[in-house]
Amino acid sequence: MDEIIEEFLTETNENLDQLDQDLVALEQDPTSVELLGSIFRTMHTLKGTSGFLGFNKLEELAHAAESLLSKLRDGILFLTPQRVDVLLAVVDEVRGLLASIEANECEDDRDLAGLLLRLEELQSDDAAAPPSSPADVPQPSSDADLPVVVSSEGSIESQSEESPFPGRGIEPEAQSSEVQVNLLAQEQHLDIEGEQQDEVQFGQHLEGEGGQRDDTEGEQQDEQDRSNEPHRSVTDRSIRVDVDLLDALMRQVGELVLARNQLMSHPGISADQAFYQTVQRLSLIVSELQEGVMKTRMQPVEQLWSKLPRIVRDLCKQSGKEVILELDGGDTELDRSLLEAMKDPFLHLVRNAVDHGIESPQERAERGKPRAGTLSVKASHEGGQVVIEVSDDGAGITPSKLAAVAVKRGVVSQEELVRMSEREIIDLIFRPGFSTAEKVTNVSGRGVGMDVVRTNIEHIGGSIDVNSTPGEGTTFRLKIPLTLAIIPALLVGSSGHRFAIPQASLLEMVRLEGSEARAQIELIGQSSIYRLRGRLLPLVRLDEVLKLDDKGSTGQSVNIVVLQTDEVSFGLVVDEVFDTQEIVVKPLGRHVKHLPLFAGATILGDGTVALILDVPGMANLVEVAEGASVASSLAGMEADHAGRVGELASPLLVLRVGTNRKVAVNLADVARLEEVSSAQIEHAGGREVVQYRGQLLSLVRLEDVLELSPKERVQDMDTLPVVVFSTDAGLYGLVASEILDIVTSKVEIEHLGDSPGITGSMIISGMAIDMLDVDAAIAFVNRGHSSNGSKELGDSLVELEVATSAS
Amino acid sequence: MPHDNRATSRSKKTTQLCTFRVGNILVGIEVDRVQEINRDQAMTTVPLAAPEIKGLINLRGQIVTAIDLRYRLGFPERGEGEKVMNAVVHSGEEIVSLLVDEAGDVVEVEEDDYEPVPPNVSPVIRRFASGTYKLDNELLLMLDADEVIDGDFSEQGFTNGYGGKRLQ
Repeated sequence: MDEIIEEFLTETNENLDQLDQDLVALEQDPTSVELLGSIFRTMHTLKGTSGFLGFNKLEELAHAAESLLSKLRDGILFLTPQRVDVLLAVVDEVRGLLASIEANECEDDRDLAGLLLRLEELQSDDAAAPPSSPADVPQPSSDADLPVVVSSEGSIESQSEESPFPGRGIEPEAQSSEVQVNLLAQEQHLDIEGEQQDEVQFGQHLEGEGGQRDDTEGEQQDEQDRSNEPHRSVTDRSIRVDVDLLDALMRQVGELVLARNQLMSHPGISADQAFYQTVQRLSLIVSELQEGVMKTRMQPVEQLWSKLPRIVRDLCKQSGKEVILELDGGDTELDRSLLEAMKDPFLHLVRNAVDHGIESPQERAERGKPRAGTLSVKASHEGGQVVIEVSDDGAGITPSKLAAVAVKRGVVSQEELVRMSEREIIDLIFRPGFSTAEKVTNVSGRGVGMDVVRTNIEHIGGSIDVNSTPGEGTTFRLKIPLTLAIIPALLVGSSGHRFAIPQASLLEMVRLEGSEARAQIELIGQSSIYRLRGRLLPLVRLDEVLKLDDKGSTGQSVNIVVLQTDEVSFGLVVDEVFDTQEIVVKPLGRHVKHLPLFAGATILGDGTVALILDVPGMANLVEVAEGASVASSLAGMEADHAGRVGELASPLLVLRVGTNRKVAVNLADVARLEEVSSAQIEHAGGREVVQYRGQLLSLVRLEDVLELSPKERVQDMDTLPVVVFSTDAGLYGLVASEILDIVTSKVEIEHLGDSPGITGSMIISGMAIDMLDVDAAIAFVNRGHSSNGSKELGDSLVELEVATSAS
Repeated sequence: MPHDNRATSRSKKTTQLCTFRVGNILVGIEVDRVQEINRDQAMTTVPLAAPEIKGLINLRGQIVTAIDLRYRLGFPERGEGEKVMNAVVHSGEEIVSLLVDEAGDVVEVEEDDYEPVPPNVSPVIRRFASGTYKLDNELLLMLDADEVIDGDFSEQGFTNGYGGKRLQ
C-alpha cells in the first residue's frame, strides 16, 4: 500500500478514537469551546487529507460534519443528543470507509445519503431551548440526567486539563483562539498549495498526538505526550517505531540474557577476579538493557480505556440503562502484546457488566439504588502483575439461580452440583456452554462466553476470578503478567530431569526431612495429603504425573513446592530444588504443544532445554486425582455452617425415606452423594459401616432415625443412596431410599412439634417436607456406642495405610 | 544405448535428494526441505509425549522438536553410544529435527529410476514412503516428509481425557 495512505489510515484512526472521546465528553459539557474546537479541527483535517488523497466520500462526509460543527462552535446551533448521535454516526461511517480503504485501497460503495441528509437537517432550525448546563441536556431514551458520566484520574477530563508543558499556562480562551489562527493559516495554505501543506499537516499530527490510537499499525508512544488538545504542537520527544523491530529487539535481548546466564554459570568464572568483575558488570548492563527494551514495549492501559466512554454510552442508549463510568489507574503499563491480547476479553467484561450486571433504572429505583449504575474499572500493579478490576453495582450473581441454569444447560449435573461450594457454583460461568443472559441481546449474547474470556486470559499467563454479592454487584478481577517474554522461574529436578516453574504461581517451599517426611504425609485412598499449617494440601508427585523413570530419587527428604492457581493450591513433590532464574519463554513445537502439563520451554545457562511446567494444567490433574475433592469439601464445610433454621440461603437436597416420607438437608453441608451396594456393608462395633476412600463410613439408616413403622419401610434394596457428611469425628453416611431433588426456592421453615430427627417442616411445591436434624441423625448412630472407640478404629486404619505405602 | 540414455536424461526431470541411513535402509528427502544436518545434540526428553518424539534440542536458541525416524519406521531403538544425527527439515512455519543414523550424499535421481514401493515392504515403512529410486548399487526410499512429521503418532501418556482439549 502506498506509504502516504498507510500513514493517513493510522493518523485518522487515532483521530477517530479521540473524536469518540471528545464527543462523549462534549455531551457532558456541551458548551466547551475547547472540545468543539478540537473536534472541528480533527474533522477539518480529515476533510483536507481525504480530499487530497481522492477519497471523495470521506471528504463529503467530513465536509458535512464540519459544517455542522462550525455552527456548533460558533454558537449558532446548540448541541443536542441528536446532533451527538449523528456525529458519532459520522465517526462510525468514517471508520467503515477507512477499513475498506485499508482492505481494498479504495472506498466501498456504501450509501451515505441518509446520513448526509440528517447532517443537513440538523444544521437548520433549533435555537429552541439551548441547554444552559450539562444537566439540562434532554435525553431521548429516558428522562435521566446523564447517560454516561466519565469521572476518572488520567482520563478524559484530566487529560485535557493536564498540559504536558506545565510552563505554558495559557487561558482556555487564549488557547482556542490561538489554535484557530493556526487553522486559518492552514486552511489558506491548503487551498493554495494543497499537496505540500498536507505533508506538513501529517507531520504535525504525527508528532503531536501520540495519544489514543487504534492499533492498526501499533507504535510506541511517549507517555508524556498524551495531551489531546489544545497543545497539538510539535515535539521532538517521540518517534514512531515499527512493532516488528521492537519484537525483534526483545528477542535479541532474550538471547543476550540467556548468553549472560550461560556465562554466569560457567565454572571458570570465579578463577579470575578481573574477569569475574567484568562479567558482573556485563550482567548488570544486560539487566538494564532488558528492562529498557521491555519499557519500550509498555503501553498504558488507558489505551484500552479510551474506547470505554463511547462503548458504554452506546450500550446505555441501546439498553436504556444509566451508567456512571469510573476509570482509575489508566497510567498502569503493560506489554503491548499483552494489552492487545486482553483487549477483547476485557471489552467483553465491560459489555457484560452493562448488559447483564447493571439493572434498568426502574429496577434500580425499586430496589432503592440510585438510578444510574456505577461501572468502575481499575488498574494497578500488584506483585509483578497488573490487576484489572471491572466491577458493577448491579444485580450480582445469585448462586442458586445460576446453579439452576447450569443444570438446565447441561453444564453440570445435579450430583456434581451437590459437591460444589457457593464459590465453585459462581465459577460455573466460566464453563463452556454457559451464558446467564435470559435473552440473547445484540450486545453480549454473541456466542462469546465467559469461557472464552477465561481461555484467552489464561493463554497469556493471566488469571480471572469473580466475586459477587447478590443485589450488590459483581467484580471481575483480571491478573495479567507484566510481560510474557522473560519471566522469573524456579528450577526443580525430578528423576534427573529439570523443569522450570513460573514464579507467579509459586507460594512457598516446604522441605521435610527423614522420618518427619513420612509421618506428615497422610493418605486418602491413593492420594497423599500434607497438613500445611493445619490446612490440607493435596500433593502431586512430579515423577508420577510425568511418568518419569525413577533415576535419582533421594528417598530421605521430601521437597514440596506449594503452587497456586485460581481454583486450587497444591503441593508438587520434586526431588531437587535448584535456584530461581530469569528465563526466556519459548514456544513448543506443534508435536508437544498439546500436552497440558507444559507451558513452553526455555534454554538454561548450560545450553540445555528445560520444559516449563503449566501450573493450571497440573492443578487440573490434582482435581482429577482423588482426594482433592474431599479436601475441598472439607474446607467448604467449615465455611458453610450458617444458620440451619429460618430463611434458607442454600439449596436443599430432598430425600425420600421409606415409602413416602420426604426430608431435606442443607446441600451446603453435604460432602458427597454416593451409592453403596448392600453387599459392601460390614458390621463393626455394632453398627453398619462401609470402607470408603480408606476410611470407615458409618451408615445411619434414616428409616431408623425417623422411627418409621415396618410397613412404611422399603425392604431389600440392593443399592442404597447415601448422603455423606463429614464431621470432626469422622464420615457419616445417611441412608435414604431415594434422592429426589434439589430445591432452590426460598422457603420458611415452620416449627411443628417434636418428631424424632426433625427440626421443622415446610411446604415446597405442594409437598410437605421435613427438615432433617443432621446432628441428631448422626448422634443416633452413636447411641449406646462409644463414639471414641469408633474414631480410634478409623484412625488406626489410616495409619495402617500410611505404613504400607511408606514401606 | 548408453548414448541414448544420456540424451534422454538431460531432458528428463531430475530431483536432488539428501540421503540418510535409518536402520538398514537408505531414505531420501528433497534437498530444499533440509535446512541443515547436525551431529548429536543434547536432548531434553518430553514426558508424556508420543514415543516417536525423542525430545527437544537447542538449535542456536531455537527450540526444535526431534522425531526419531528409527522408531517411526519400526526399527529397534538405538542402543547406548550408537551414532545419531539431526536432519533439520522445514515443516510449515516450524522446523523439525528428524533423527537418523547417518547422513549420506546428496544424490540426483531421475524420473526413469522411479518405481512405486514394492508390495512386500512392511506397511509400517510403506506408510512413510512415497516411492523408490533405483540407484546403481542400492535402493533409495523416498520419504513422505509431511507424513513423517504430521502423520498420526502413537498414543501415549495422557489418558485422563484432558489432553489436547486445551486451546493453545
